Amino acid sequence: MALITLSHIEKTYDSPQGPVHALKGIDLTIDTGDIYGIIGLSGAGKSTLIRCINLLERPTAGKVIVDGQDMTALSDKELRAARKNIGMIFQHFNLLSTATVYDNIAFPLRLAHKSEKEVRAKVEPLLSLVGLESKARQYPSQLSGGQKQRVGIARALASDPTVLLCDEATSALDPQTTRSILDLIRSINEKLQLTVIVITHEMQVIKEICDKVAVIENGVIAEQGSVLDIITNPQKPITREFIGSLISNDLPAAFRGGEISKEPVPGSYLLLRVTFVGESADDPVLADTIKNFPEIDVSMLYGNLDQVHGIPFGRMIIGITGPQDRIEAAMAYLQKQDIRLEVIGYVHRNA
Amino acid sequence: MSTGMLDLLLPALGQTIYMVVVSMLIATVIGVPLGILLHTTGKGQILEAPLLNKVLGTVVNIVRSIPFIILMVAIIPFTRLLVGTAIGTTAAMVPLVIAAVPFIGRQVETSLKEVPYGLVEAAEAMGATPLQIIWRVLLPESMSSIVAQLTTVIINLVGESAMAGAIGGGGLGDLAIRYGYQRFRPDVMLATVVVLVVLVQLVQFGGNQLAKHLDKR
Repeated sequence: MALITLSHIEKTYDSPQGPVHALKGIDLTIDTGDIYGIIGLSGAGKSTLIRCINLLERPTAGKVIVDGQDMTALSDKELRAARKNIGMIFQHFNLLSTATVYDNIAFPLRLAHKSEKEVRAKVEPLLSLVGLESKARQYPSQLSGGQKQRVGIARALASDPTVLLCDEATSALDPQTTRSILDLIRSINEKLQLTVIVITHEMQVIKEICDKVAVIENGVIAEQGSVLDIITNPQKPITREFIGSLISNDLPAAFRGGEISKEPVPGSYLLLRVTFVGESADDPVLADTIKNFPEIDVSMLYGNLDQVHGIPFGRMIIGITGPQDRIEAAMAYLQKQDIRLEVIGYVHRNA
Repeated sequence: MSTGMLDLLLPALGQTIYMVVVSMLIATVIGVPLGILLHTTGKGQILEAPLLNKVLGTVVNIVRSIPFIILMVAIIPFTRLLVGTAIGTTAAMVPLVIAAVPFIGRQVETSLKEVPYGLVEAAEAMGATPLQIIWRVLLPESMSSIVAQLTTVIINLVGESAMAGAIGGGGLGDLAIRYGYQRFRPDVMLATVVVLVVLVQLVQFGGNQLAKHLDKR
């Protein structure tokens, strides 16, 4: 069921250099319980987009529906009430430096005028959820980055939100801490049935925890879909670029710089990019090819095996040499298999 | 030190402290909200109001550009209207307050500007009202800096109160002028200077300690 619907969101800023069109008509639907990733380069508009969901930024045009409520139509007071249903965590944590861990987590509860007894009943379980029971009386300056983000997460959860917005929440953290924060977010998503929206510029983050992803470029959504589809079958250059950080798109060094020909060139290699997804990653497609076409040589030039939510996928670049008719027969055979095949072309190996 | 000297110094010190403390209290009560308004009505802030911000900023700049000694004399009619006289310790507090309010306003504004906007944004995202943001985010987060800034204002007031003394406000400045200068008593002049130096040191030390205690960054 759609929990969040963004329709035709536009946002224009005034700047000294004239109006800046940050978002140019974004349509997005996010279902309850999803972890939805939005990936883009800096300046693509992703931070503006996530701020349009809780109206920290008011869209210039378009509609924001969260949990059946049209956010743009609310009065200030109604908007404040609606925001309590939307938790948010930030790249730089945004904790009060003058408040202890406990008081930071208690902050949204005190805003809502809860009694100190209610505050404690809420804060203590949150402290143990994020593993910071022993740090309750410390100040943020005494914590590591990962611990600060855990406080941020606990604070965001204090008002029992239905949505959690993560604005580059792991971008200031090292890879190991990033992983532990992502694990925490995923476990919260599962435990509390919380819908999570993740803004990032790192494909790794999307791969780790997101179910679905939208790629945003220059204020429009370039591509969206399930994370597995996007990673294994990217359609747009920008998406390929992001995937490139996970799986190399470059040709192996021995083939770089040479002329790539679509027509057969004597003495060259035919380079193929092969993608396996799911079950087919287990099939011995390449071994079978070599067995069936003994006249050709198949060299594996690059390979990568990974998985998204337990579904394996692989990407490799192979080079084939041999008699032209046998190469073409092997190609025809490969094309019949349950794999994705992309012909790069005929290239000479570098001297 | 002769009893005569103490008889001169103690009441003068008392008057100086009285002038500084009372005018500081009044100026803080007006100046801190002024500083909050200067900051929060600014562009992109929680109570954005460009016109009000412009008006407040201009008034503050005008008052701040008048040298204290001129301000003191220029507002004599107003002082007389307010306290019935233009002479004496109480009358001296009127220009002191008027000079200190815009000073505090600017200092508080500067302190509030140091609070990262992300904190305000986070509070907004949690459904905080503008008043809650001021009370629970801006003021606590900038308190250490505000204390340090107000310490500067107090020290400034000590200096200005000495000037006010010169036109009959009493206090240490008055003592130094009348005895030290006009009656050729270098010992009184020296004693006054020493007391002023000690007073300022104490204020600065206390302010620093309090600011340090409040800073959790």
